[in-house]
Amino acid sequence: MGGYGDVQMIDEKGLRMDGRKPGDVRPITIETGVVPVADGSCRMTWGTNEAIVAVYGPMEAHPRKIQRQDRAVLDVTYNMAPFSTTDRMRPGFNRRSREISKVTADALESVVLLELYPRSKIRISIEIVSAEAGTRCVGLTAASVALADAGIPMTDLVVSVASGKINDVVVCDLNKEEDNYGEADLPMGILPNSGELVFLQMDGDLSPDEFKQAWDYNMDAAMEVHKLMVDALKGGEN
Amino acid sequence: MKGWPVARLDTMSRESSADGPRDSRRALVVVPGEDLGVSEGYEAGHGVLVVDGRLKSTKQGRMNTKGSTISVEPLHTTYMPRPGDLVIGHIEGCTNNIWFVDIGAPFNSILPMSLGPAKVEFGGTRKILDIGDSILCRVQEVEETHQSVVTMKGLGLRKIRSGALDDVDPHLLGRLIGKGGNFLRDLKLESECRIVVAENGRLWIDGELDGILKVRNCLKEISLEARQVGGVN
Repeated sequence: MGGYGDVQMIDEKGLRMDGRKPGDVRPITIETGVVPVADGSCRMTWGTNEAIVAVYGPMEAHPRKIQRQDRAVLDVTYNMAPFSTTDRMRPGFNRRSREISKVTADALESVVLLELYPRSKIRISIEIVSAEAGTRCVGLTAASVALADAGIPMTDLVVSVASGKINDVVVCDLNKEEDNYGEADLPMGILPNSGELVFLQMDGDLSPDEFKQAWDYNMDAAMEVHKLMVDALKGGEN
Repeated sequence: MKGWPVARLDTMSRESSADGPRDSRRALVVVPGEDLGVSEGYEAGHGVLVVDGRLKSTKQGRMNTKGSTISVEPLHTTYMPRPGDLVIGHIEGCTNNIWFVDIGAPFNSILPMSLGPAKVEFGGTRKILDIGDSILCRVQEVEETHQSVVTMKGLGLRKIRSGALDDVDPHLLGRLIGKGGNFLRDLKLESECRIVVAENGRLWIDGELDGILKVRNCLKEISLEARQVGGVN
């Protein structure tokens, strides 16, 4: 982020390096029930990103000091597999994975009806098996599908999408090159039925107009992704 | 990447009209946050919330309309204990006078020494029931804080020493038992096994290995069928 010189990532026709238009999203597949031992699970591919999410619980919260008397706690673990990137990732927790686990839990706490299960815990494990760019968005979106698959009561699904700026053009759903050499990145977590926002981060600089454009791209993309999530959860019914 | 579904509008499902609760003749599958229509004249049942005068689903499942109550029958559920339920629990821990029992609910139950299977001296709980043991017990009491107490005082309540344990989702027990208990009776006859169905979705199957396998395969089929959307009605 921050612009590495003059890498040309968008041509004069407005097409990006992978042939997408500025507002296009990468190809997405969503599959539920992929981890048989889990209460709910989801595999989501988003471009070359792939995330597997498993949800366990609600269960008794251990250790007891993490219990909340009035509601359940979400125990989110985001982890990138060592083989998920071209450079081997050092296994285990790091600063970045802790941050993403926290923001994912915060976003999901807005929709899960935690007060129905006081003193208990819902464990969400997000495993990134292939990473390109935007893994926090894939993880959050897949976690929300897995929670629905586990029968956890929620007021809405959460869709997370990122937009950014490359060569002074605002584009939706950055790929790896655009993320590395672009000038800004704006991931958002959106509740598609109400249009509310539960998660927003920004890296780099955007003018108010560019911010508005990125916001609009994210909102439009979220509605498209939401329809895929609904299709996956309904299994083609209705 | 060719051939994968792409998030574009032409690949999307049809929009569902949301002017009032939908036709109850067909069980529609709904997802969390889905609009189920106006709430006026209807009551929100299980898995449904009223938000700004509209009914909203909070779970993935089939929408049911019974009278004026709209509810969602979830595809996956967690057991919630109720007083009087027969449950199969696993001993997870103990103190000098209490056992902690995992009954598959979001909150562990306690089994006090006074409600245990035999007379226990203070500090001798592990001699009677040790960690990892399975027991057939009954829910005695559920407090407002969701903490529950189980008892082993009662006919047939005991420590499980033989056979196998398996589980299904609690909402599938109706399907397993069948109308008037027909399905379960046939399964018992066919497998020549003793089957105890506990209300937390756990089953105690006691008999010959062939029979146990038969029952377990049957349970697996029921679970698989139910997980497929559009499975059990």
